[in-house]
Amino acid sequence: MTTTLTEGGLAGSKSSGGVKVGRPSFLWSLPAITFFGLFAIVPLGVVVWLSLTSWDAIGSPHWVGIANWKAMFSDPIFIKSFRITALLTALGIVTQTPISLLLGVWAAGYQRNRAILAALYFIPLLMSAAAISIVWLSLLNPYFGLPREEHWLFGGALFNGGFLFSSPATAIGVLTFVGMWQWTPFHTLIYQGGARSIPEVLYQAAAIDGAGRVRQFFHITLPQLRNTMITSVVLMLVGGLTTFDSILILTQGQPDTSTTATSYYMYEKAFQSFQFGNASVIAVVLAAVTMVVSLIAVRVSGWDKMRSTQEGM
Amino acid sequence: MTARRPNYTAGVFTSLWLAIVLVPVYVLVKGSLQNEAQYTSAGPLSLPSHLTSANFKLVFQDGFLRFFLNTAIITVSVVLIVVLLVPPVAYAIVRNRSRTVTIVFRILLLGLAVPIQAVIVPIFYLILKAQLYDTLPAVILPTAAFAMPISTIVLTGSMRDITSDMYEAMALDGASSWRTFRNLVLPLSRSGLATVIIFSALSAWNGFLFPLILTQSAGVRVFTLGLYDFTTANSVDAPAICAAVVMSIVPILLVYLFARRALIQGLMGVGGK
Repeated sequence: MTTTLTEGGLAGSKSSGGVKVGRPSFLWSLPAITFFGLFAIVPLGVVVWLSLTSWDAIGSPHWVGIANWKAMFSDPIFIKSFRITALLTALGIVTQTPISLLLGVWAAGYQRNRAILAALYFIPLLMSAAAISIVWLSLLNPYFGLPREEHWLFGGALFNGGFLFSSPATAIGVLTFVGMWQWTPFHTLIYQGGARSIPEVLYQAAAIDGAGRVRQFFHITLPQLRNTMITSVVLMLVGGLTTFDSILILTQGQPDTSTTATSYYMYEKAFQSFQFGNASVIAVVLAAVTMVVSLIAVRVSGWDKMRSTQEGM
Repeated sequence: MTARRPNYTAGVFTSLWLAIVLVPVYVLVKGSLQNEAQYTSAGPLSLPSHLTSANFKLVFQDGFLRFFLNTAIITVSVVLIVVLLVPPVAYAIVRNRSRTVTIVFRILLLGLAVPIQAVIVPIFYLILKAQLYDTLPAVILPTAAFAMPISTIVLTGSMRDITSDMYEAMALDGASSWRTFRNLVLPLSRSGLATVIIFSALSAWNGFLFPLILTQSAGVRVFTLGLYDFTTANSVDAPAICAAVVMSIVPILLVYLFARRALIQGLMGVGGK
């Protein structure tokens, strides 16, 4: 191959001779980071400023200092929304983790029937959050949905006589169940990937030692999936803290305000009451909480490590 | 894991979950083809009968072709932006160890932690100021930006698998960064790129919050939002809702059938090791 030493426009390498390997200059990262910064990082600054202003979408925001902050932190619905968010998040983790862990480990096997079933389990992931919530809203309708048809199951007090959206407990239950239906496939995949990277030799050694399936699961699979579990739980945590679509479509925060989670309350404040200052306070709090949670998680799971097997090329 | 004897517990458990997954799917497909009176009187789980295509006609009359087109434009644009911007930044992250690039990577990682809900109010403000409200770019730009962090992670992952020998060989040939990128890095990160394309396409196609907040008129309405409005307006017509939902899934189902491997491998990789 003929060697041309002319450099490309963006290239900042010094490949003059020998094996001095050219490296891309930081300019290569500039377009992406500019674009990303404009739509994801700049808004974080803007929202802090908006939280100190009063704005109703018409005209310009005007400075009100910490008035919004005072108002929001004496707003009982806002305070209560934290409890609801925490409850929904915890219920999400508690229901989705065991199911996706077991399904993921199971689907990690290379048997043909497992592959086929795993492909079917994947279906909810193809549907938008909106579509999933709409389907369940229709399916759980007390007048023409499953509760009326399967009255033997839904008729009891446990399901509020089939009127699932009318009592706080069953409304929370619906959101948890729909969240589980929507997100379990994704987490199953994560666990499946994690389980497939466990060295087979560990199981062979355990089998020689006479360890059965259950012991293998608790002594090999579970410890080996520690990091996978951290990642999965963190994603559930962040997802749970920002549950929105399903609340908007399924319950609108009802009955009363028993399903008004924090992010849904922000939406109400902003786009139904047009109190953008107050909504911005909620947004800042929401961003702070999820970022702290994720940063801790990134540290623990090692996502931020630049090192790899290719280190020192 | 090698199975020696059949695992009956797993059999029961996986069948139960299969039923939970498939019940709504059955109701969706059957309901979309059933006449409304029959659906209401026989119930969602009843056997298919009184089949009709009227539901799909109703959905089409409601302007879903327009929503379909809008969603397609948004999806293609988002994928284009991501594919143009992310490979260079991933290349820089993998091959340039300077402090600046490390910071760039950290900012992108931070982006994973920024929930869309937390920035929707300021984005609404910025889009209003930029006079982009109620246009397709209002949805395209932030959707593309929020698809970038995960795309960067997937792509840096596959670019790290390129060995240093290959870079040295390129250097011996006197290749510039650009030529190395085009002739070595891009071809060898094809699978990562496929995952990124599918992933960003999915998030654009299924996006709900950005269109909900940043658009208003029917001319720029997207599928998910059309679905939502349609449901609100026809809340008692379950078969029509089923038909609308089925229509929203078909394109993704096609992508899934053709690109299942890329999608699943990519998502699996999210879990790390």
